[in-house]
Amino acid sequence: MKKLINAVGDVVREQLEGMGLAHPEFKVNIDPHFIGRADGPVNGKVALISGGGSGHEPMHGGFVGEGMLDGACPGEVFTSPTPDQMYACAKAVDGGAGVLFIVKNYTGDVMNFETAVELVHAEGIPVRSILIDDDVAVKESLYTAGRRGVGTTVLAEKILGAAAAAGYDLDQCAALGRQVNQYGRSMGMALTSCTVPAAGKPTFELGENEVEMGIGIHGEPGTHRMEIKPVDELVTYMVETILNDPPYTRTLREWDLESALWLEKEYTDTPFAAGDAVIAFVNSMGGTPVSELYIAYRKLMKVCKAKGISVVRNLVGNYITALEMQGLSITLLKTNNEILKFWDAPVKTPGLRWGA
Amino acid sequence: MTISRDKLIAWLEKLSGVMRDKRDFLTELDAAIGDADHGINMDRGFGKVLEKLPSLKEKDLGTILKTVGMTLMSSVGGASGPLYGTFYMKAGMALAGKEEIDASDLVAFLKAGVEGILQRGRPKRGDKTLYDVWAPVLDTVEAAIHDGASVKDAVAKAVETAEKGVQDTIPLQARKGRASYLGERSIGHRDPGAMSSCLMIRTLHEILIT
Repeated sequence: MKKLINAVGDVVREQLEGMGLAHPEFKVNIDPHFIGRADGPVNGKVALISGGGSGHEPMHGGFVGEGMLDGACPGEVFTSPTPDQMYACAKAVDGGAGVLFIVKNYTGDVMNFETAVELVHAEGIPVRSILIDDDVAVKESLYTAGRRGVGTTVLAEKILGAAAAAGYDLDQCAALGRQVNQYGRSMGMALTSCTVPAAGKPTFELGENEVEMGIGIHGEPGTHRMEIKPVDELVTYMVETILNDPPYTRTLREWDLESALWLEKEYTDTPFAAGDAVIAFVNSMGGTPVSELYIAYRKLMKVCKAKGISVVRNLVGNYITALEMQGLSITLLKTNNEILKFWDAPVKTPGLRWGA
Repeated sequence: MTISRDKLIAWLEKLSGVMRDKRDFLTELDAAIGDADHGINMDRGFGKVLEKLPSLKEKDLGTILKTVGMTLMSSVGGASGPLYGTFYMKAGMALAGKEEIDASDLVAFLKAGVEGILQRGRPKRGDKTLYDVWAPVLDTVEAAIHDGASVKDAVAKAVETAEKGVQDTIPLQARKGRASYLGERSIGHRDPGAMSSCLMIRTLHEILIT
């Protein structure tokens, strides 16, 4: 293993210390680990908190700031953060309008955040959580833990951040977050695996001419392996898989503030249709150069156009990564006037910044 | 016989050594079907438990177990953190104020712990999770105690059930956690969480017979 680290056990802490030094607009807490805004809490605004394993930078810490997140809780590399982090973060960033957790659908993340919801609720702070489960590589939820949370997370954090800044209350933020999740679909692929520092070796091996299709964001194997092809063919396959994805139904758990119980609710996402306006997000898994992302974006535009999908906004770059993995993910998010207004609103974070 | 406070503390102490020794083994099991961090996470968690033990030596069993649960909850992460954290916290609540564990306490301990796992993770038998060890272990202990077995004999039977529970996860296709994304490729491997659960029960038995 060749990495720019000191001791394996110090990776997350030293990274956080560095982020605090690089960004005086952050308030970095070391015990337990969380990042908040130095100018927080923002009075009267719903506080948005996300979190997940480290190794996906700039997500989530890099998205803390004006117009996006109020707090981020980093776990160990590719390991969910723990409820005490989320609880401490919630108490630190709550501005009196309640706290919304944005959670990616991984078994560990879900259980740790659900525990945190119960702890924060017991503290008397209004709290809700929304789940992002947008990965079309997972076909069904009956025999799996359901679709994983991937690229739509970044778009949801931006859109909800603007909504909260515009004065949406906790229920409105949660409702919009669920709609954004239902509108977003993603798919990822890898050219290489990646090495978790504590493991010391790549999570899987790929042959010289192989790509792993349908990956998540943790170096885990995808749905299938295929021979490498020109990027146009790979992008066509991925975009068509997203656009042709059938309705997706699953049961999600939602915290009920009144009864203090988890209630189950069924949601069905409807497929894309000709005439839809979308935000297109082409994301590097960490090791793929931006030049290649643009080649992919060029083809994505053509495929969308041929299918009658108009790409009205885009995001191209490294935003939700898996350490040094080479590969990319594609996310398409159906939009409407409300979503576009919040997408265009100013954002000022180390990882995403415009209009401010 | 009962499980005294000293035995309980000795169990937790020995268990932290076991998790250290089995760190790579558990991580390799996890690498086959998950994300290769189970041993690393359990070792980190029980290392923290070990640090807490000196401050617990005068406490009641409920407080000791609740502290173990809180410690695991805040240091393990992943899916096993909340599952084991809830298991020990609920078990601790069932033993509040107790100075030792008798036969009926042992059943109460397991019942509350397993109920915690169910609430947190909503597993079913056959999902290929640690519940595939704890569910049959609870049944075994309940039946043994009902039939008049001692705490030691009930735990001995629990070890057999737990070992079988681990083996029984091999042919299962995972329906929870990251292993579930592998579909049929998750078949043919032992579940790492089932294995770490088995280690807990096996180590308890070793303490009771020494």
